[in-house]
Amino acid sequence: MKPASFTYHDPRTVDEVLGLLASLEDVRLLAGGQSLMPMLSMRLIQPMNIIDLNRVEELSYIHLDGDVLEIGAMTRQRDLEFSDLVRDALPLMYEAVRYVGHRQTRNRGTIGGSLCQLDPSAELVTVAAAVDAMVIVASPSGRREIPFAAFPAGLMTPAIEANEMLVAIRFPLWKRGHGYSFEEFARRHGDFAVASAAALLECDGERIKRARVTLGGVATQPQTLSTTHLEGTIASAAVFDEAATGCDALEAMNDVNYTDEYRRHIAKALVRRALRKAYDRIANH
Amino acid sequence: MTESRTISLEVNGVAYERDAEVRMTLADFLRHDLRLTGTHVGCEHGVCGACTVLIDGRSARSCLMLAVQANGCEVTTIEGVAPSPTELHPLQQALRDCHGLQCGFCTPGMVMTLIEFLNDCPNPTEEDVRIAISGNLCRCTGYKGIVDAVLAVARGERR
Repeated sequence: MKPASFTYHDPRTVDEVLGLLASLEDVRLLAGGQSLMPMLSMRLIQPMNIIDLNRVEELSYIHLDGDVLEIGAMTRQRDLEFSDLVRDALPLMYEAVRYVGHRQTRNRGTIGGSLCQLDPSAELVTVAAAVDAMVIVASPSGRREIPFAAFPAGLMTPAIEANEMLVAIRFPLWKRGHGYSFEEFARRHGDFAVASAAALLECDGERIKRARVTLGGVATQPQTLSTTHLEGTIASAAVFDEAATGCDALEAMNDVNYTDEYRRHIAKALVRRALRKAYDRIANH
Repeated sequence: MTESRTISLEVNGVAYERDAEVRMTLADFLRHDLRLTGTHVGCEHGVCGACTVLIDGRSARSCLMLAVQANGCEVTTIEGVAPSPTELHPLQQALRDCHGLQCGFCTPGMVMTLIEFLNDCPNPTEEDVRIAISGNLCRCTGYKGIVDAVLAVARGERR
């Protein structure tokens, strides 16, 4: 028996979860469990109460709402991986989710769990930052939306209150036919990324109209490179290489495995690659 | 303060009803309570893949699930994959033929992972196979024999 004792709650509806959150002390919400279960087993956390969200069916859905893709917090990573809707509307996520853990963990892991865990290397966190997703949070007093840029309160800590829960994420969509690429480097497929880069491009012929480059794994939160100088210019390898030099100025994590300098170096290479690939994928230019 | 729940689940086609302490992992429940010790427990925190089982046909690490979460589910473990007591599953046979195991500790998890993988992806490339087993650690084979075995099954060389 590895985890310390806790009281287990398995509600069926969001309202029930909110009722429990309002009445219980020292609670952890259990989503896919691919990060929380190890933390429990290693006794890094010993909450008095676990609220298991796996039987709250209303939290599992993917639907298109105009030019926004809304995804329920308990939607499994596997469901994103095999969703035609995701592939079609948000190809950046379709590409990124393949790097999330392994098949066995994607079968259980959820999008809401990944976003609340806020691991610096988490691919879905990087995607949410790249498209300026809106996070929908519920509490007994109602719902509120948080822009993803304001969602991380610190390392692996979401800016939500103890009586709140994440219920859905709204991803604004880029124009159909936009260029996208998600590039990642890890020592072994499925390991935590040393760095990852998400690139999005919209062009008018060869002229770049809109660009976004977001990095994961480099710092404690996703980092977006300035791309103002890209917009309005004619796309070329030189222009993309120039954009990648923005990585030199990033604050990067420095730990026993990888130095900050190494992370910046990897990030720069990934940005170059991602921008070129995104551009090559634009249907007509 | 040890809370228990009564859970009902089907494992390898056999229905069980048991009391389980809520903090018990599914891996421990299978091994200690049901005595199905084919599911191996390596790291116990979701890194090694040895404890992989199928939950309603989907692979999952049984050390990262609570037993109570399997209530109402159909679980398949390594004990449930061979067609009869005297025959091996094609993947098991191929692993044997291709030297895809040595100590055998990782093998149950490998087999469960690969059964689902070959359903999802019946004609994999070598790279697909290597990615598929990236969540299962093997410290004996260097993976070559395992990859060979999967490709042999996919090519239809094993039944």
